[in-house]
Amino acid sequence: MSNISNTHESAGGNLTARALREGVFAGLVSLGLFVLFVGLETTQNIRNELVLNQRWGLLAIFVAVAAVGRFLMVAYIRPRLEARKASASAKPVTEEQEGFFRRNFSKIAIAFLLVYPFIAVAIFGVQGSLKWVDNFGIQILIYVMLAWGLNIVVGLAGLLDLGYVAFYAVGAYSYALLSQQFGLSFWALLPLAGILAAFWGIILGFPVLRLKGDYLAIVTLAFGEIIRLVLINWTDVTRGTFGVSGIPKASVFGIWSFDVGAPNYFAKAFGLPMSSAYYKIFLFYLILALALLTAYVTIRLRRMPIGRAWEALREDEIACRSLGINTVTTKLTAFATGAMFGGFAGSFFAVRQGFVSPESFVFLESAIILSIVVLGGMGSLVGIAIAAVVMVGGTELLREMTFLKAIFGPDFTPELYRMLIFGLAMVVVMVWKPRGFVGSREPTAFLKERKAVSSSFTTEGHG
Amino acid sequence: MAPGTNTMTNDPILKVEHLSMRFGGLMAINDFSFEAQRGEITALIGPNGAGKTTVFNCVTGFYKPTMGMIIMRQKGGREFLLERMADFEITRDAKVARTFQNIRLFSGLTVLENLLVAQHNMLMKASGYTFLGLLGFPAYKKASAESIEIAKYWLEKANLIERADDPAGDLPYGAQRRLEIARAMCTGPEFLCLDEPAAGLNPRESLALNELLRSIRKDSGTSILLIEHDMSVVMEISDHVVVLEYGQKISDGTPEHVKNDPKVIAAYLGVEDDEVEEVIEEIEEIEETQGGTH
Ligand SMILES: Nc1ncnc2c1ncn2[C@@H]1O[C@H](COP(=O)(O)OP(=O)(O)O)[C@@H](O)[C@H]1O
Ligand SMILES: [Mg+2]
Repeated sequence: MSNISNTHESAGGNLTARALREGVFAGLVSLGLFVLFVGLETTQNIRNELVLNQRWGLLAIFVAVAAVGRFLMVAYIRPRLEARKASASAKPVTEEQEGFFRRNFSKIAIAFLLVYPFIAVAIFGVQGSLKWVDNFGIQILIYVMLAWGLNIVVGLAGLLDLGYVAFYAVGAYSYALLSQQFGLSFWALLPLAGILAAFWGIILGFPVLRLKGDYLAIVTLAFGEIIRLVLINWTDVTRGTFGVSGIPKASVFGIWSFDVGAPNYFAKAFGLPMSSAYYKIFLFYLILALALLTAYVTIRLRRMPIGRAWEALREDEIACRSLGINTVTTKLTAFATGAMFGGFAGSFFAVRQGFVSPESFVFLESAIILSIVVLGGMGSLVGIAIAAVVMVGGTELLREMTFLKAIFGPDFTPELYRMLIFGLAMVVVMVWKPRGFVGSREPTAFLKERKAVSSSFTTEGHG
Repeated sequence: MAPGTNTMTNDPILKVEHLSMRFGGLMAINDFSFEAQRGEITALIGPNGAGKTTVFNCVTGFYKPTMGMIIMRQKGGREFLLERMADFEITRDAKVARTFQNIRLFSGLTVLENLLVAQHNMLMKASGYTFLGLLGFPAYKKASAESIEIAKYWLEKANLIERADDPAGDLPYGAQRRLEIARAMCTGPEFLCLDEPAAGLNPRESLALNELLRSIRKDSGTSILLIEHDMSVVMEISDHVVVLEYGQKISDGTPEHVKNDPKVIAAYLGVEDDEVEEVIEEIEEIEETQGGTH
């Protein structure tokens, strides 16, 4: 007994020493990494001269965080986690009854979203709710919808598509240009934008879907860039980098309009005070409906032969062909369906912004959408929605963190660290849950009971 | 007709004629011809690397043969030239199904889902290529229920009904082999090609497999072409054996005939150096007598 406690103690002493050593080392590494990024800053002064600012204080904070963090990690957090893991594995695994909240998560979430604008209005007032409905609600839901659309291609069919934003752009420009040229309404153009995007999905798909894995990823990436370059350079039609502005607003099915001058102006019809908040709340419900449509269609399609064929394709393409499945058309339908939802989201984007330009459709957008799909757990609608809330909502929250200015000085703009935090969060999640938030998959048919399939059996697909 | 075959009727379901397959400088199959009779279990045997899997891949469209003709005749008399068809068309239209030497299941789908994917083409038609199904047309609901019945039938035959809702990747090896065969049967084939179905099975699993194959032949009238390594399995269940060595046919006939063929014995057991002359002489003698009958 004494023997055991002895070794434990000496291990403890070792641990502190090791933690100190690793802490110092981490500090040195971060010093090397950040000395140029953070310690020095170049700005232009009023005479357009380049000035070198020194930010040693900020650098010191970075280094200290790294060193202390590493020290705490090695000395305290890791031993505790290991101890907990050991005690957890020692206990017999009891079948846990899932709580009410977990079982009904999607219903509760949808109910919450339905009343969300009213909660925002009740708490922050009509004008104050704008930020919450627009910046958080609509922004997150757009990404939820895009990620659910891409999920059909990547999560179900296992085709790595790095150019998804191209279909988003097709949808946005379809609405922007057609509504201005022909004066068509949003409700006429919404399906048309989806069809056009699906059409482009097929055009791209035909030559490309013979490729697999990395090759497919590179070609789709190139396609995304080509669409963007066409938008920039085809100035006669798209007005190039200036973008298309003055895109008409959507109306409530043509009954009430949100144009202040119109005789059927929404606020006037209901005798409400003038505010742009009503339009935002309307847009919120619109994107909510579109996103739920995406989810509904995905759920239905998964239980249809085509959806099963997509998942089978992800698991093993050769086996699919041995079962008489035409893999080319199956891939094309996945591509076209995903593109169609991208097109819907794009036309919504145009209507919300009132302005589109090629700036909005850069590769970074594709990367963000893809990382939401991967983080959420490929194929899982709930996981993807959570990932979108965390990633997009998180970056929006950064804007709100004005108190950080008190710490890092008045020039500190937290939004600029968005990508850094985004990347950090991805690394953390991927280490903690390599298959994303929800890694298991729901079977589409069952004889006796529906048992979730553990992620250790599913594959990500190879192209 | 090869010696030793004493089939009553001559109704070939598959005719392979002068099949050759070249990989770069390697002639994996060299002028190989054989027939598989309807309603029979035909076994294709031979040492490792003889080209058996390559023959399968040619028959099922996964390889395009360098030369030769592969004719599949369905029950109704419709003929298909398999070497001209794409792999998925061979299963869909010509009704030839196959399994793989290294099992290829959809391991992340459940056992039941694996069998439903195999009924894809039937279900696609019934669902009006998804559109009518999405709208909830009753024709699709009926077809969907039917497909589950078909899956259940095969699950019972393969003795997998208890595991229907488990992921396919979770099954033990022998069960995975049976599932792959059940899945191939769910495509509704007239001709079933099995690549080493008994490889890696323990004796009990091997027995269960033989049962399954016999009942497939008996109950659904599907003809079977089977690659096998294990002579005992072949001798027990096949009606007709074709032996391949270095891409060429060295023997063809009933299991009894093949078992006693010195060329087969030489190929399988190998011969000592000093016996080679002897065996070659023997083989030449046999070839002379065979030459007369050809
Ligand atoms: N795709 C391929 N490319 C090149 N060589 C191949 C290929 N497939 C098979 N071979 C060669 O053809 C020969 C026969 O292989 P295979 O048909 O797999 O033999 P078996 O199934 O009888 O063991 C082997 O020498 C193998 O290396
Ligand atoms: Mg082989």
